Amino acid sequence: MSVEVRVPTILRQHTGGQKVVSGAGSTLAELFDDLDTSHSGLKGRVVTDEGNLHRFVNVYVNDEDVRFIGGLEAKLEDGDSVTILPAVAGGM
Amino acid sequence: MVEAIVAHARADHPDEACGLVAGPEGTGEPKRHIPMTNAARSTTFYEFDAEEWKRVYDEMWDNDEEVVVAYHSHTATEAYPSRSDAGIASELGLPQAHYLLVTTRDPAIAEVRSFRISEGEVTEEPIEAIGAPDAVQTYKFAHSPDSTVYDCH
Repeated sequence: MSVEVRVPTILRQHTGGQKVVSGAGSTLAELFDDLDTSHSGLKGRVVTDEGNLHRFVNVYVNDEDVRFIGGLEAKLEDGDSVTILPAVAGGM
Repeated sequence: MVEAIVAHARADHPDEACGLVAGPEGTGEPKRHIPMTNAARSTTFYEFDAEEWKRVYDEMWDNDEEVVVAYHSHTATEAYPSRSDAGIASELGLPQAHYLLVTTRDPAIAEVRSFRISEGEVTEEPIEAIGAPDAVQTYKFAHSPDSTVYDCH
């Protein structure tokens, strides 16, 4: 069981500069737990202490925005591709 | 390209407009203008549409491109990053990007300024618009080797 994770530039400090890493888990939450063991600090940038996704991060499973498929409970299958992106936003 | 960015900001006024300029990874060269939808459709806030952003990012990934410029407009205030602009960009932003701001508050004057935003620090950088002298009426001039040049051809 392996999932490809595309890491945005700002989080590559946690992956030794790698753009793509792989991890395992049957849900997104499990995947981030798994990733944190080999890429320390990555999970904390995406998941809050309360266990929710940060407001200004977008996470996708394949092409689906995970906010619409269960958030961190979104199911993963072998061969899925997860993309983490900064939500480019701002305001006055 | 600056002309196209200002035109986009004008077209979306009074809402804030936002978009990107992509370029080959590692070169820092602004090559491809990608106007984005402001999912917030607001006069005071902008946010890339999540689905559109994913499509654009995948395309950039396949082309080995990166975000060189991330721009947005302010419709009633100066072209300077607000506290939330800087806060959000620092927490999880585009560290390699020039954050370009356009203000559309005056219908006759386009003010464009450029910034680096990293770890809570906003640093203005000089820019120079070349090729389209009338596109922008005020910007911070620069003629040093450190300046960022936006090609208007």
